Order: sequence, then structure tokens, then C-alpha cells
Amino acid sequence: MKTILLSVLSATFLSIGAPVMAQEFGDAEDGAQVFKKCRACHMVGPDAFNRTGPHLNELFGRRAGSVEEVTYSDGLIRMGNDGLMWDVESLDAYIENPKAFASDTRMNFPGVKDQGQRNDLLAFLRQYSASPANIPGSAPTAMPREVALSDETLAIEGDAEYGQYLSSECTSCHQIDGDNDGIPGIVGWPQEDFVVAMHAYKEKVRPHPVMQMMAGRLADDEIAALAAYFGGLE
Amino acid sequence: MTMNRRQFVGRTALGAAATMAAPHVYAAGHGGKPKVVVIGGGAGGATAARYINKDSDGAIDVTLVEPTRTYYTCFFSNLYIGGFRTIESLAHSYGSIAAEGVNVVHDYAVGIDRDAKTVTLAGGDTLPYDRLVLSPGIDFVEGAVPGWDVSVQNKMPHAYKAGSQTELLKAQIEAMPEGGTFAMVAPPNPFRCPPGPYERVSMVAHLLTEINPTARILIADPKEKFSKQALFEEGWNKHYSGMIERIGPDFGGNNVEVNADEMTLTIDGVVENVDVCNVIPAMKAGVICERAGLTEGNWAPVSGHTMQSRIDENVHVLGDACAQGDMPKSGFSANSQAKVAAMAVRGALTDSRVFPAKFSNTCWSLVNADDGIKVGASYEATDEKISMTEGFISDTGEDAALRKATYEESLGWYAGISSDIFG
Repeated sequence: MKTILLSVLSATFLSIGAPVMAQEFGDAEDGAQVFKKCRACHMVGPDAFNRTGPHLNELFGRRAGSVEEVTYSDGLIRMGNDGLMWDVESLDAYIENPKAFASDTRMNFPGVKDQGQRNDLLAFLRQYSASPANIPGSAPTAMPREVALSDETLAIEGDAEYGQYLSSECTSCHQIDGDNDGIPGIVGWPQEDFVVAMHAYKEKVRPHPVMQMMAGRLADDEIAALAAYFGGLE
Repeated sequence: MTMNRRQFVGRTALGAAATMAAPHVYAAGHGGKPKVVVIGGGAGGATAARYINKDSDGAIDVTLVEPTRTYYTCFFSNLYIGGFRTIESLAHSYGSIAAEGVNVVHDYAVGIDRDAKTVTLAGGDTLPYDRLVLSPGIDFVEGAVPGWDVSVQNKMPHAYKAGSQTELLKAQIEAMPEGGTFAMVAPPNPFRCPPGPYERVSMVAHLLTEINPTARILIADPKEKFSKQALFEEGWNKHYSGMIERIGPDFGGNNVEVNADEMTLTIDGVVENVDVCNVIPAMKAGVICERAGLTEGNWAPVSGHTMQSRIDENVHVLGDACAQGDMPKSGFSANSQAKVAAMAVRGALTDSRVFPAKFSNTCWSLVNADDGIKVGASYEATDEKISMTEGFISDTGEDAALRKATYEESLGWYAGISSDIFG
């Protein structure tokens, strides 16, 4: 995950006692413009209904993959079952690069790469969620938290031979032919996506106890080694 | 799981007999390549044979000795009893491993000469080795349950080596009279698959709920506590209320005797007439470990760094048979240990790189349809033992969606580990 800056709509949301820090405020009006990228598939607001993608009312605090009568990818449903609730941090990561966040997502969208635009978009969407938990400007998340990967970490050249040895621990569950049934396939990913995903488990941004444990004990160079090995398959 | 070398009956014996017709000459014809012999074609041995062979690119001759041609995984065999899997879905052959270049020999390993570094097969052949990998699974401690020995295993099945025993146990449960009693004698620690007996009880209860809902389940257990106990007991209360009774050591669950002719189970002097009696005796390393002088007590001690025997550095012992430290005896553990051993063997016999040992294990169990639970941990090698670094376990009170997802994850794991073990 890149550095995630939290957007705050209004100072009135800052609760008493929360430290006030330098923050980048998203602009909901600008976010409405960014939302045009999403409108082909998503609706939000009083008359919203599900189109290709789910409606986005009450998105903050909603369990991933949980809107009825929407066809989700197995991966997103699994993440929801593992406990992923959409909040500003997970939405920011998802919108930045949907396929890196959930490799089999049906959201066929390259992502919003610009942090400022994402802040604006989330500020816009936040207006349609009543839940005050884990949304921009609310107390629990008003403090900037980082799940940051430095350029140095991303630049580590993976030792694919070491990765091959380490991979044997992965293939006790993940099939080397990339089969995606029950347990997701992990071969042939872009290396950076793989690295980001593993660090997200390591930092416990992504849910799933097994993966948090497996990633949790991998050093940066070991994650890079695995990314290099699995990325080179198929 | 490796089939018992002497006591296994039915299809195994037929398979073994068929292989004895064609003796081979192994000592010649391998040039100057280092030789590895792997005994036991289960989760540990088959994985080790595959990984040594595939990662050494033909630089090492690998021979896998396994008496059976069709291997039935112990993991998921309870799901067969519960009606969630067919027996065929648990069956695996060695065709892929052989096609990859491993010499697969279907015979019984009957002796190891550690000085000469040779393995003797029941068919009479002698296999020389530079490194030996032993993954023979478990055998039962004689006299562990008074009144039971392997000669009565068809009346009172253990079903702790999958295949015909599992089929027999299920057939007996299906033939129980209405309102009859299924009894289990649970084993003392340590034993293969710590949640296994309790997953089995869950699956038997599931089956009986469907076909014989007034039947009862009686467990005599010498242990005060067992794996995933809170999760299993929560599930038993929820799904099978009133059906299951467990008698722990406080009430004599450690003082049992069976009589296969009378079909009785005596717990602390109280005689129970039972219709099915699943006796899971105390376990020890596959008997070839003992014959080779590689055991201390019931198990073969190993170093966690390489899985080498602490008694003979030319021998690596994997899986249920070894005493390694904190890892549970499971197919997942054996598969994990095999990869460390494969790396160490390759490093010793060729100039391949050696990396620090890492191990992991996850055990999924099914409590009822779509009600899956799991426990797992990661491990590292210390000089003293394989030591747990971090673990997790399912929570009680999880919602149905998560339990279903856990079950579906276990199906994915079965497919994944099966192809990792057998190719």
C-alpha cells in the first residue's frame, strides 16, 4: 500500500481529544467529478440500485462482497467472509489498483492512481454512508495511519531461486497451475502487485489469519523473492 | 499416511503381492549419481521424493518405496464417513511421480542396514543409498487397549490408516440397529491428526442424524483436553444435541478394555454393549524406524534444521514417525517437513543452495455441512527442536458465512496439497 492520507470533510467531525494533525482534505464536489469514472457500473444516492456493480449507499462499514443479488468474484466474497469491512483505508487501496487488491475482482477498472482524486472520491462517497466508523473525518481514523511501502522496498530485486524454495510453503495450499478454486491462484502476477498484496497481509490490512501469519514472518527480500518466482511462472 | 507394513489387509496385500513378480536390479546402471531412497509414499515421503527429483534436475537418483499402488489420504477420510466425499476422491496413484523420473517401487521395506547404507525389500532386492528418507507413518503400540490387537481390526476397526479400514467403519455405522451405540476409544497424546478423532465423531454424528437419529455416540478418552475442543463441543451442542457423550479420564476414560467377540467396551469397570467400536490405540513410529534403531521411546528424534535423525545423519525422518518438537502430526506437517528435508538432501549431495528451515501447518476440520473450522501455526528450527512462532484458531460463534468459507477453503487446500504431494 502506498501512503494513505485520510481525507476529512469537516472539522466538526473531529471528536474531542483526537490529535489534530496536518491532513489533506478531500473535496466532495471534486469527488463527484471523479465518480463519473464509476458511473457506468455504480450508482449512489436515494434512487440508486444495483447495476453491473453494487450500489454504493452505506458503503463505509459494509462487508465486502455482501450486497444481495450482486455477482461478485469469489475472491471478494472470500475477503468479505474473512472479515473485510470497507473503510477508508481498504477502499483507498482497492480503488487505487483493484486487481492488485482482489486479483479476480469483476471490477474491470484500472484504478484511480492519483491520491488526491481518491481522497476526493472517498469524500464524495462518504456522504452516502451514515456510519461514522472508519470514515474520513471520524474520530477513529482521523489520525493518519500508514501502510507504506518505500521505493527501496518496491525496488528490491527478488532472488527467484530463493523464491522457489520459499514457494514450497505456499504450494501446500495454492496450486502451482494457478487453479482458483477455494484458494486463490498466485502464479503469473505482476511482481509489484504480489509484493503489495503480501505486505498488506503482513501489515494486517488484508484479512485472513493464515495469510497474515505466513506473510508476517517474511522479510522484505523474501517477499520480493516469492514475487519474482511466482511472477515468472506460466 | 503410509500403509502399515505388516498388518494392512485387503487391497493392500493384493497390490503388494502383484508387485513382487518383477524383481529389479538397482545397484547397477545409475552411473556415479548420488542415490536417495525414500521409504513411504504418503504426505511426507511422496513430497520428498518429488521435490528432491524435480529440484535436482536429474542429478540425484531417487527411489520411492511404497507397498500400495493406490494411496488413500487419511486427511479428508472422515469426510467420506460423513458422506461429503467418495472414497475414490481420496485415492491417488504414483503415476505422475514416476513420470517425473522417480523410480517408484511397490514393495515393502523390511530392513535397513545403516552401516552398509542399504534398504532390503520384502521381494529380496537391496537398494543402496547415500541418503535415506524415512516417512513410514504410524503403527500401533501393542497392548495399548486391553482386548484389542490388529487381529481384531476387522471387528473393531481403527480406520486410522485410510482405505479399506475407513470403508469398513462406515459400513458398520450404516448397519447399526436403530438407536444403537457407536463407541470410540480415543488415543493418548501424541498421535496422528490431533483433531481427527473429534472430526470423526462429528462426521459419524452427521451420518447418524440422517439415517439413525436415535443412535448414541460414546467416546472413552484418556486425555483431559483435545484439539479445537471448544469449537467441536460448540458444534456438537448446536448440531447433534444429546447424541454425543464423552467420558474423560476423570470418569475412567483412561481405563478401558474391549472384547471384540462380545462387542463390549468396559469403561472403568462398567460394561457397555456397543454396536460399532472404533478403537484408535496409542501410536508409535512406523515399525521400520524401531527395527533400524532410530527410535527413542516411541518416535524417531530429528533435528529441525534438516530433519536428520539425531542417531544417524544419513537418515532423514519425516512426518508422523519423527519426534521434532512443536508441530502436530499431520499430513500438512509432513509435507512441510519434506520440503526442508529435500532441500537439505540436495544441499548435501549436490552443490545446491541451502536456506533456513521454515515450517507451517494448518488443520481444517468439518463439524457439519458447511461448518468448517481451522487451527494452524508457523514454526522455525532451533537447535533443540522445531519451535512454534505464531498460531491462530477459528473462534467460537463465527457466522455461517465464515464457516462455509472455511470449509470451501479446505476443499481448495485438499486439491492443492494433493497435487503438491502426488504431482
